[in-house]
Amino acid sequence: MNNRIDLKFKELKESNKKALITFVTAGDPDIETSYKVIREMIAEGIDILEIGIPFSDPLAEGPTIEKASYRALASNTTTDDVFNLVKKLRVDYNIPIILMLYVNLIYKYGKDKFMGKCTEAGIDGLIIPDLPIEEVSELKSYASAKEIYIINLVAPTTKSDRLLKTVKESEGFIYCVSSLGVTGERKKITTDLSDFYNRLRSITNLPLALGFGLSNKKQIDGLKGGWDGFIIGSAIVNIIAQYGIDSPEYVGSFIKSLKN
Amino acid sequence: MDKKFGEFGGQYVPETLMEALIEIEKAFAKYSEDPEFNRELKELYENVANRPSKLYYASEMTKDLGGAKIYLKREDLNHTGSHKINNVLGQMLLAKKMGKKKIICETGAGQHGVATATIAALFKIECHIFMGKEDVERQALNVFRMELLGAKVTSVDSGTGTLKDAVNEAFRQWTREVEDTYYLMGSVVGPHPYPVMVREFQKIIGEEVREQILLAEGKLPDAVVACVGGGSNAIGIFYDFIKDEQVKLIGVEAAGEGLDTDFHAATISKGSTGIFHGMKSKFLQDDFGKIMPVYSMSAGLDYPGIGPEHAYLYSIGRANYFPVTDEEAIDAFEYLSKMEGIIPAIESAHAIYYAMNLAKQLDKDKIIVVNLSGRGDKDVYQVAKYKGVEINEQ
Repeated sequence: MNNRIDLKFKELKESNKKALITFVTAGDPDIETSYKVIREMIAEGIDILEIGIPFSDPLAEGPTIEKASYRALASNTTTDDVFNLVKKLRVDYNIPIILMLYVNLIYKYGKDKFMGKCTEAGIDGLIIPDLPIEEVSELKSYASAKEIYIINLVAPTTKSDRLLKTVKESEGFIYCVSSLGVTGERKKITTDLSDFYNRLRSITNLPLALGFGLSNKKQIDGLKGGWDGFIIGSAIVNIIAQYGIDSPEYVGSFIKSLKN
Repeated sequence: MDKKFGEFGGQYVPETLMEALIEIEKAFAKYSEDPEFNRELKELYENVANRPSKLYYASEMTKDLGGAKIYLKREDLNHTGSHKINNVLGQMLLAKKMGKKKIICETGAGQHGVATATIAALFKIECHIFMGKEDVERQALNVFRMELLGAKVTSVDSGTGTLKDAVNEAFRQWTREVEDTYYLMGSVVGPHPYPVMVREFQKIIGEEVREQILLAEGKLPDAVVACVGGGSNAIGIFYDFIKDEQVKLIGVEAAGEGLDTDFHAATISKGSTGIFHGMKSKFLQDDFGKIMPVYSMSAGLDYPGIGPEHAYLYSIGRANYFPVTDEEAIDAFEYLSKMEGIIPAIESAHAIYYAMNLAKQLDKDKIIVVNLSGRGDKDVYQVAKYKGVEINEQ
């Protein structure tokens, strides 16, 4: 159990805390701003960092993250730039870092070469929204060889046989999609979250982190189920969209509002 | 059911959609073996689509070119004017059997959208169509047609505002309402089971050609030619001939302004293996795996990928794929109009152009069948514009 993700969840569990996992698209609006935003988020006490690599066609994303992807591509952000960003962060930080990216970026880069670069940069896990459990074997052996976790997603639509199969093959934590639809803020989550949580908890001891549509402290505090962590993405990306290169301090205060 | 064609195909989609794909796969497996379903489908093919479509001997063209005999498979004479209706009837009947209340789909040129809106009207199923902003502009008449038929059309302005973005948006919408909605994909692309299912609903084209050409000529054709965007009309006419090694299968892709420019959609000629829109196949992409903007004056061929079965047929050498430019397609568009009195879809004109050249190289005892996949009424305005002719539409 040397992966930073495992160590973090163990540490949080011992102190009876939940993980705050936050997302930013690398290169939105430029890679230097992303670096500063991340430093602010870490300074305010996030537990796990999720960095998105921009893609031309992010079909699991709502308009907020989709537009962030286009802004990052407009500043010519490549996969290699993201590896360099993580290397730079690793000089100062030991926080678990996960990349969120579409499978073609890995496939085209070269599966083995990509995983090697992940290890070299200090990346702990990958979230691949268009790689369901049926196709994960495509990458699994390459990732495992370099001790990189592939974080599986489950959705309210996932039926029990596939839920069981997914948790059996999971590592690190399970990314639980709160509701139908793409990423982005929702006024209300209508899924029966305590049922969703219980269905999962009855078949796995792995940490369960909830994401999609979470945007503020009040909402998170009101969520049913004993979730081990929460993933916040679009709410942060919206701040970056609004303030651009001036966004780091605003993101910082937003994180502070989540922690209190 | 096999999910892959060699290394191509698969199911690379967000988790939220996986159970829906499994549900469709199961329903398709059940109903495609069901005599009652197949009887109903046959009846729809005959009474609604106007099948079988004619295999037309293009005598004037053949005489003029002086080489191989050219036959045209008249999918343009189907109801709604293209081969798209075959697949729509199949999938809509399946969706109805599955008890789905809503249909969503993507469309490029609008041929699939019009076919879907038409059958949704007939079946009394709610229909929501996604179309790239660029395509909405260049195919305004089809947008009006779809709305006339009672469908809701959403213009997609993200990305390049073309077919690929319409597919992205249709996938996004599907994840929002996956529980009661059926995604009626228009080509042999996307995640399994679509490439298999759409082929099964289109393979009637090739099956009819076999019967018709044996009746007319007493032998199989030497070559079968079809245009390829995602590749549904091509797989439809190819499939029944795959086992007949002597029949050359030729797909024609859109070279736009030329392969030496950035403005084309020639996936096989210039693309590489990747994973996108739920499938592993050939795509036009950059070194990091970003999908490239593509171009063809034909909205139906303006797509950066190709169906996985085509990638497979190409990889094993069973089918070949060649590029034809906008300019060449327009030559063929005018040629067929003047020579046979048939105005082809600009998509199909790509295949016609290739066949014109091939015919000249072959002896008179050889036979070429071209899939005339759609009619060209929708393209007249755009071709006029390309040629600098102003048409006042009032």
